[in-house]
Amino acid sequence: MSRILRSLSVASVCLVFVAGLAFVIWEISAVATPVDLPARLAENLERSSVENPVTAVLLNFRSYDTLLEIGVLVIAGIAGISVARTSSLEDPELRTSDELLYALQRWLIPLMLLLAGYLLWAGSDRPGGAFQAGAVLAASGVLMRLGGIPMDFLRPGLMLRLGLSLGFAVFLLVAVASALHGGEFLAYPPEMAKTLIVVIETVLTLSIAMVLLALFVSAPVNNAEEPEEGGS
Amino acid sequence: MTPSLLYALAGAALCGIGLFGFILISHLLRKLLAFNLMGSGVFLVLVGLAQHRSGPDPVPQALVLTGIVVAIAATALAVVLIRRYYHLAGKTALDDAARETLRDQGSRQVREEPGE
Repeated sequence: MSRILRSLSVASVCLVFVAGLAFVIWEISAVATPVDLPARLAENLERSSVENPVTAVLLNFRSYDTLLEIGVLVIAGIAGISVARTSSLEDPELRTSDELLYALQRWLIPLMLLLAGYLLWAGSDRPGGAFQAGAVLAASGVLMRLGGIPMDFLRPGLMLRLGLSLGFAVFLLVAVASALHGGEFLAYPPEMAKTLIVVIETVLTLSIAMVLLALFVSAPVNNAEEPEEGGS
Repeated sequence: MTPSLLYALAGAALCGIGLFGFILISHLLRKLLAFNLMGSGVFLVLVGLAQHRSGPDPVPQALVLTGIVVAIAATALAVVLIRRYYHLAGKTALDDAARETLRDQGSRQVREEPGE
């Protein structure tokens, strides 16, 4: 009885919350904006040297956000790896023995790698970019992991550290270099902007895929049944 | 009333559903899912409201894209932590400290009453 009462009271609180939120959204939608952001973006799009406005915002106008974001990703990846037990990396129990998966893998993984490359390149003038490409790359890595393809670079060591920190390091290097060169922090020199953006996008793709894959792999798997610590 | 505004309102509804689940469900994994639902609602409000005013707006879209990637990383980290917690404690829900102490006191009172 108290359970029903409790869920009813929580439901009413949530309803009030939604009603308030909807009212605020309705009010905001009626007010005109003082600044027309899309128009200003369209005016300045040529300066960013990429044609896709979302990529221009992500990697040129608001690249500070993206820099901090990849920093957050790297920290999450490091924290996930340090919590996990490294022994679960080569756990044979995780491998599925699904023959359909094995058969599909040969077709899917090259296609997915190709798609990731395309998405990365398409980001400069149409929807696409580092994050989408990184997600596809990480997904193909998850598929490879489920199929039991050995991926030694995910073991703690030089390759893992390099892969995790590459995107953040290159991004930070470009930012500091442009600041030292006389400009502002993260203001690319106009003649090199396109090259720099493509380079940053490429290393970002690698790092994002690496962080997501490392987080997937690092969940402790094998000893979930026994709550006692210190088995392996 | 444009379709974009409908998206924003649907985002508000998602926030409410997520909040309901987040408060009421004690299983940690489901709590995490409910929390992610709230996050999706916020993204929907951001994009829908901006699109309602001035057509597709790349600035909130880029913001939401950044938010999605951070949300994925945070969710993955939370899942790792939950699995670790389950491995160490053998439970899928956090202890409710307030209720535990209440129950302890209640049983002690019951036990002490007949002696007096």
